This record gives sequence, C-alpha cells and structure tokens, in this order.
Amino acid sequence: MTSPALAVGAAALVAAADLPRLFEALAGRGYRLVGPTLRRGELVYDDLATVADLPVGWTDVQDGGAFRLKPREDRALFGYGVGQQSWKQFLFPPRQELWQARREGQGFKIIPATEEVPRFAFIGARSCDLHAMEVQDRVFLRGQHVDPTYKARREAAFMVAVNCGGHSCGTCFCVSMGTGPKATFGFDLALTEVLEGGAHYLVTEIGSRRGAEVLAQVPHGPAGREELEAAARVVDRTAASMGRTLDPAGIKELLYRNYEHPRWEEVAGRCLTCGNCTSVCPTCFCHTLEDATDVTGSEAARRRRMDVCFTVDFSYIHGGSIRAGERSRYRQWLTHKLATWLDQFGCLGCIGCGRCITWCPVAIDITAEVRAIRESESLKEKPDGNH
Amino acid sequence: MIPSPLVVQKVRRETADTYTLDLTRPGGGAADFAFAPGQFNMLYAFGVGEVPISISGDPARPEILTHTVRDVGRVSRAVCRLKKGEVLGVRGPYGAPWPVAEAPGNDVIIVAGGLGLAPLRPAVYHLLRERPAYGNIELIYGARTPEDLLYRQELERWRGRFDFRVHVTVDSAATDWRGNVGVVTKLIGRARFDPPSTTALVCGPGVMMRFTVLELLGHGLQPEQIFVSMERNMKCGIGLCGHCQWGPFFICKDGPVFRFDRIKDWFDRREV
Amino acid sequence: METIEPVLAGHPFLQGLEARHLEELAQCASRANFEAGQFLCRAEEEARQFYLINHGRVAVEIFSARRGPVTIQALTAGDVLGWLGFLKPYHWHFDARALDLTRVISLDVPCLLGRCEANHELGYELLKRYAHYLAVQFRVTKLQLMDLYGT
Repeated sequence: MTSPALAVGAAALVAAADLPRLFEALAGRGYRLVGPTLRRGELVYDDLATVADLPVGWTDVQDGGAFRLKPREDRALFGYGVGQQSWKQFLFPPRQELWQARREGQGFKIIPATEEVPRFAFIGARSCDLHAMEVQDRVFLRGQHVDPTYKARREAAFMVAVNCGGHSCGTCFCVSMGTGPKATFGFDLALTEVLEGGAHYLVTEIGSRRGAEVLAQVPHGPAGREELEAAARVVDRTAASMGRTLDPAGIKELLYRNYEHPRWEEVAGRCLTCGNCTSVCPTCFCHTLEDATDVTGSEAARRRRMDVCFTVDFSYIHGGSIRAGERSRYRQWLTHKLATWLDQFGCLGCIGCGRCITWCPVAIDITAEVRAIRESESLKEKPDGNH
Repeated sequence: MIPSPLVVQKVRRETADTYTLDLTRPGGGAADFAFAPGQFNMLYAFGVGEVPISISGDPARPEILTHTVRDVGRVSRAVCRLKKGEVLGVRGPYGAPWPVAEAPGNDVIIVAGGLGLAPLRPAVYHLLRERPAYGNIELIYGARTPEDLLYRQELERWRGRFDFRVHVTVDSAATDWRGNVGVVTKLIGRARFDPPSTTALVCGPGVMMRFTVLELLGHGLQPEQIFVSMERNMKCGIGLCGHCQWGPFFICKDGPVFRFDRIKDWFDRREV
Repeated sequence: METIEPVLAGHPFLQGLEARHLEELAQCASRANFEAGQFLCRAEEEARQFYLINHGRVAVEIFSARRGPVTIQALTAGDVLGWLGFLKPYHWHFDARALDLTRVISLDVPCLLGRCEANHELGYELLKRYAHYLAVQFRVTKLQLMDLYGT
C-alpha cells in the first residue's frame, strides 16, 4: 500500500544521502543494478554494488573525437553526461548464442538456448536513452516479428532515469531533437539532482506503480515548490548549454532530395568506415548471424552479434557488395538514422545523444553534415542579382 | 528463428551449377509447407550457415517443398551438395508474394531472367491451375545459353499447351538451338497482352529488370501493373537484422516482391 | 502478279512511308525465298542486299574456329537484316542462315543508295528508320555483352 503522496506523476524529495536505500530496495527485489561507473579510467555502464561505484565527483568534457574525464568541485552523483556505451548492450546483448545443433545420423537436432532473464535496474538512464529504448522497442517489439530476448529483458527492467544535471555533454543535441533533457516517459523513477547552497537532494518523480512501491521503501519527504523550482532550473540550465543543434524539420525529404549530393563524397574522404558511430549509437540494431561447428564437425552453434553497416561485407551478395564505396556506406548510415527510419518505424533513428560525434576518431559530426546539405540548398535558392 | 529439419527426397541437376531439391519431413512425412508464390525460406546447411532461397515448387502441393539453388557461395554450395536422405534446416515462408490472387481477369506477362524463373514457377503453377480465370498468359524467359535454362523439360511441356505462350531466348547458342537468340526485352513486343488489363511479373538480375520495366512501360503498362522481385543480403529474414535494407524497405518483409510504383524512386538509385 | 508495294508497306521497318516513296523503293526490291539451311548471306561477301523478313526464321551466326558457328541473334518476320553502307566497299560480317522456309524482300543496296542520293526526302525517311534500327541493335548488343543473367 503506497501513501497518496506516492501517486504516479507525483514527485517526492530524497536526500542524496538516502540514495543507498534506493539501491538496497532494488537489490532486495532481485534487481541487478547497472549504471555508470569508472573502469580503468573510462566511463562505462556496469554492475553497481553501492552508490560509491557511481563516478561521484567526476564530470566529462566532450567534443568531436574527444572525451575527457575531470574532477568536479562538488560531490555530484550524476554530474557527467553519457559515455561510449549505452543500455542497448543489456537489452540486446552484442553477442549471444541462439541455439546449438547436434548431428544425429543423416540429420541433426537443434537445441534452443535458454537463459534466465536478467532483471536489470538501470540507474541513471537519460531522457535521450529512454527515447533510444522506445526507438528500439519499435524495431524489436512492434514489428511483425518480436525478438524474445529483447522483449523479456525490456519488460523485466526497472528504470531509474536521471535528468541531465545542469551540464550537457557538449556534443549532444536533444533539445533540437525534442528528446530531452527532461525525462517525460518510460521510467519508473526519474531523479533530478540538486546541489545548491549546501543542500544536496534528488527530486524524484514517480513514473509507475512499481516505482511508487520501490520509493515507499526509501526515506523521502514531500517535494515543495522551492525544490521543484530548483529541479526545473537544473533542467533549464542543461537545455541552455546544448553543444549542438540539428533541425529535424523536413529532414527526410531533405535527405531523399540530396541522395546524390557532393557532400557524401566529401565526408567519405574523411570517414574511416570504422563503424565506431554504429557501435556507440543507442538505436543502431543491425546484427548478423554466424554459424560454426566444433573441430569434429558434429556440434554446431548459431550465434548472433552486433554488425556494422560500414563494412563492405554488410551488403555483400554473390558477385559483390551493394554498397562498395565509402560514400554509399556513410550515406546509408546517416540517411537510415534521419530519413529511411521514419518510413520504416515512424520515428527518427537519432535521439541526439551525440555519442557518434564524440567517438568518431576523425570527429565527423552528424549535425554538421546535415547542416552542410541543408545550407547548400538555401544557397541555391538565393536570388541571383545578375538575372 | 529455429529451423525445422527437412529431408532431401530428390536432387535434380538443372544446369552446371544449379540444383533443384525436393524436401519432405523426416520419416517420409509430407512437408506440409504452405506458402504463396514468390515467398522464400531461409535454408540452413549444418554448421555452415543460412541462405535465403525462394520456393520454386507448386503451392497447391504443400506436401513437397521445392527449392532451386545456385552454387554461388559457401552455404549455397553446401546445400547443392546435399544427397538424398540428408537433412537441411528450413524456416519460413517469408516475404510478400506475387499478386496472382489479385490478377484474375487480366492478361499476365511473366518475364524471367536466369535463375529468376525459380521464384516465378510457383506463380506459373498457380496461373495454369486457375487457367480459366485469366486472360492471355505469356512467359518470356531469357538465359545466357540453352545449357543455362532451368526446368527445360517443363518448359517444353508448357510450350505444348495451347493456352500458355512460352517465349524462350538466349544470348548465344550452338546451331542446334532452334529457339530465339537475343535479349528478353525484344520478346515483350511479341507477347500478346492488352495493356490496360495486364499484370506483369518480373524477376531476374538487376540490369535485366531495369530494361524489362522500361520496355513494359513503353508498351503502355502503368507502374502499378508491374511487379518485380528484389534481392539483397539477408541474415534473419524477418526484418530485424537490418542487412537487406533498401532505402526505406526491408527486402525480407516489405518484399521481395514489390509493386513498381511503390519503389520506382529507389529502383534506379545506385549503391542503396 | 501482285505488285510489291503493299508488301513493302506492310513491313514494320517501312511503316508510315508515303506511297510515292514506296513506289521508288519498289524499283530496287525483289522477292526471295530461302529454304531451311540456306544462307541469306555469308561473312566476307559483299553486302549488296538489305533484307526485309516477311516470314520464317533466320539465325545470325559468327563462326569461331574453336566453337564452330555460334548463333548470336535470331530474326523473324518483321525484322531486317543488312547494312546500308555509304562508303564502299561494304561487306557482311556474319553468316545468316534460314532455319525454316524464309520469305524476304531483298532491297538492292546500290540501287537504294542511288535513289537516296537523288531524292533526299526519301533518303531522310530511310535514314531515320535505319538510325533507329541501329540504336536498338546497339542497346541490345550492349545488354548481351553484359552477360545479363550471370549475376
């Protein structure tokens, strides 16, 4: 039984010092807590045993092709942006065995893999991340065929969202994409961390009944007007500090019109086709299936692994690759994110997190590429005074 | 995503590198594999991998599942080398079919190139079974040489029918070949059809389809009367893996058969 | 005996040609029949005929020392066979062999070219048709060269 104050849509106040109680409540319910942590000097998502595993007191500086961690002046719990990983690695494992097969006489028998579905509690998913999950839901859950692994993991996961804390990564552009910085759906609890005048608390929004039940186990108080306003200022500051913008207006038509634009050739001259952008992208879902046998040839296995549309192999069909040139592979990736995705799934495949910009070794910037194409059109449209 | 084991009942060599396999359930049971003309299956060769192959048998005889496979890669080679009694994995059927059910009353012109006859053969079976429901039925089939023609005996039987006109052409031939020599597009002019009430089904290599569609449009067909079957790399066959993307389409689930007016903006674009 | 003009007028190659031009062409035209197996022309021979095929089937062949004769094109009623060589000497480059009894109208090329020189209007009408025929041949040949069905 939850108190009336813990209704879905309501907000409560949790002292920063009581965050461990949230961890304990989730762990007590059998959740495996994962979230941001530092491993060998890198910001990754991994298992969290305690609040101390969070990168407390750290922040990040990001730009095209650059990511640096640096200490903060304060002890903020969530004072950093997103790293190179995303939550998709938990919901759609990058490598997975689907089944094994064993020879029996002239035939064979297939033994499907089984897994105990891990029940993740995601600590610190950002608004863009929630949008990314919703994008992948459309791929894996709402089509003709549903992916059982993704479905089971997604349904089991508990979502503790965090509204970006007065700081944007520098490469992200969620405001222009309409995907943040404030989490508006898809969470059980959403935290806004406030560090002001010696106070340190988390304004905690309740997104589901399950969230309310968990929060009931954590010491909390009512969130007053002052605290709610402080939380709103945090979100406003984040929104005001966006490093990039991308104008999604008419973007599908823009890119379809410019399928043969010289800019594709230009960007192909810089692109290393390394596929980093696809690996870090929280919506990229392309994968491949691989088969192998043991040395005796009597046992076989089918495995699934993430794939990268930047390889020549990706589009290989007997006789050659469809997308042989770097130009067509970069174009495939970008137009998939920002144009064909709309036709395929009814939404954009880009949620504005900026990971592809930060982790591109040559700092190719999706927002700059789109802008270059858009501006070339407006240049063409300018009246020519000589006529 | 789990393939069902099916047993090779019969293997026929069609050409130097192409084989037709008849499959049934283990123990000799009927394959019981219902499908629509134009659909495909993912065929699994033990330990080697999976490959998408269109179904080339008779949709009214689901007791036997028939595939025609050309040996062009690791997996297709392993499938081609299977002998009677050996097992391969099958999952499907997948994909959008030929619109034969929507074509009654119409003339039907079928244009096939090379291996492209395989996915069209189930459509031919259907049309001939429901023969009175259709107007003229014309098959135009092109291959490199007479030795590269699929289903030669069947083509001869079809040619013998008074209610089905079969035009076969090759690029070059020895002098014992008494049929046509030249490209398929030329034969479209010899086919009998009434453009406003005609449905065209086209399958073959990309360039052949491009010129065929141009020719059909030139003969007065509208884009919505023309259907083409497309091909891309496929891994999952169910629209999840992303490999068969072609612009806004997934060949595996939106195709492989497309109505031409819906894809015409993408048909001539390169490296999509 | 039936005059040759209606037969000329009925052939697709000359479709739409005016009566006065058909009359002139008739002066260069004669009928010819080829039994199955007979050659309409042989490579290296002087090309003095331009054939309008009205009936039958013709295989156009290239002879290769290793492969023997190879058929590269099959012609039927409505097709044409021949070159309008405007610079002498003109030669056939292929063999053409009747597969069935084949009926043609044979136009004498020197006669034809003489008429075209004398009557440019007729010449233009013929050249338009010949240019179209060559363009189609060119496109079709390119497609055959592509080995279209291989991949």
